[in-house]
Amino acid sequence: MSGSTDRSWTVKVREKAVEALPPEKLLPDGQPTYVASWIYMFGVASIASLVVIIGSGSILALKGPAWWHYTGVGHFFNSIHMWAVELFFFAMVVHLWGKYWMSAWRGGRARVWMTGAITFLVAVPTALTGYVSQQNFDAQWISTQAKDGLNSVGVGAFFNVTNFGQMYSYHVLLLPIAVVVLVSAHVLLVRRHGVVPPIELEARLQAAPAVEAPAAAAAGGAG
Amino acid sequence: MSLLRPKDDTKPWAGAYQPYDLVKELCIAIGVIGLLAVVLAVLFSSPDDKPSTVAQWSRQLPVDFVKTAATELDGTSGTAEYGPPYNHNGEGQHAAFIYLQKWLGVSHPIDTAADYVIDPLETVPNDPALQRALAEYQAAPEKTQKAWGEAYAKPLEEDAEAEEAGKPLPKTVSVDPTTGMVSVQASGTGPVPTMMTSLLSLARSGGLDGSLLTSKQFFQTDYTKPLLFMADGGLLDKRAEEQHLGGDEWGMMNETGSYPGQAWLWLYAFWYQIEPFKASENADVLVMLVMGVLSLAFICIPFIPGVRDLPRKLPIYKLIWREHYRAIRPRSSA
Repeated sequence: MSGSTDRSWTVKVREKAVEALPPEKLLPDGQPTYVASWIYMFGVASIASLVVIIGSGSILALKGPAWWHYTGVGHFFNSIHMWAVELFFFAMVVHLWGKYWMSAWRGGRARVWMTGAITFLVAVPTALTGYVSQQNFDAQWISTQAKDGLNSVGVGAFFNVTNFGQMYSYHVLLLPIAVVVLVSAHVLLVRRHGVVPPIELEARLQAAPAVEAPAAAAAGGAG
Repeated sequence: MSLLRPKDDTKPWAGAYQPYDLVKELCIAIGVIGLLAVVLAVLFSSPDDKPSTVAQWSRQLPVDFVKTAATELDGTSGTAEYGPPYNHNGEGQHAAFIYLQKWLGVSHPIDTAADYVIDPLETVPNDPALQRALAEYQAAPEKTQKAWGEAYAKPLEEDAEAEEAGKPLPKTVSVDPTTGMVSVQASGTGPVPTMMTSLLSLARSGGLDGSLLTSKQFFQTDYTKPLLFMADGGLLDKRAEEQHLGGDEWGMMNETGSYPGQAWLWLYAFWYQIEPFKASENADVLVMLVMGVLSLAFICIPFIPGVRDLPRKLPIYKLIWREHYRAIRPRSSA
């Protein structure tokens, strides 16, 4: 029994996962006191916007791509979807700028920055495929304009912005999956490495007496 | 130590902690953002200008429609001379020795004369004059076909140039106000006038919209052919200019109405506003390559000397962590 357990892929994956992210690190109930600025709100605001985008987008997808053109309710959900996208990008840009000025890649956190940056770059075509899937004048104009840039570097050969069917598939399935996977990886890396401490004062801060720490502190960080 | 996992220069945090409810924070954030999105949706709605159709184009701008169709037939339209991925009539754009557009090849083949003119006209039933004109055109040598097409297109191009320059329009092109049909006075045009008149009639009836979407199967989702045909003409441009969506006005990052559009594309659109990109025939590939390099640099900021060091040199981080720096100051000076 123990021999087969030793060789079990499942057990190995579980042990690696728990080692990398013990429950108290994955879902901490405390965080360092330096996490005290409005700028920290924009990370969670980005995720919250993504949830609203996926929720409103799912309703639009359930009813089909033409529904929002001829019903008031459909148009309302399209408006929620569009404004959630605007909020998503706004929150993400402020979050990225904040993390840049914090040098948030310090302490072995390069992958945290990189997954965040790639998420932004993947979100751009995710939004673009939405704009060209609208089936209105904006879709006509944006697709006929966007094609030239994509064609000029050969991307148009396999990613045709004037092909509604292909763009709709990318928009409602393939690219959202990519964004969600990237955001998940980003959040898990943040949980694993913890929120980056303030610049230059790490050593001095560590010399300061620690106050009573919650479970996360005992695990070596705020996740 | 590897490139992606550099040496840890930040020791594990051993300082003070504060209570934190991650799940509650996320739920509140979703509620607030959801409410904000609903309020914005109620207050500002979202744009939905109806799409243009080939039928509308042929009715509103009949001369422009016929001129565009003539250039599709004689192979001088934007799409006809585009090159990959639509045809082999051009090399496409390049940057130095990099010919990505050419190298990726023709994946969405478009023969503008056949796809936009001849094939749709062949679907028109019970029109012996048109069938004779098509037979004459298709039987003629390519050189003759081109000569007919160019002879027909010339007065139309002169008309368009005069209109753009605000000069009096030549009398070689006229539109019947009752029928909306276009007459072009030109010699040596062979069967082209008959073909163009029939194409305009087909377009005005809405038949060309359906014809351009027709392929080997019943269900259609690919609008490449009708969109490129319309983009060769002037209707989309006209509507875009009215809505301030032109390339010289930051182009596709905007959308109709006073909506924010794709503001995150500002840097991409910015390069088109300045030289050397603005006047370059290869502007698209140059802008895309610049954005590719910048995107790669953006991802790799943690490894780029100078860019990664800037935050340490500017005191913005002191503003972000000001509460903490203030909180620890008495301890460190004690």
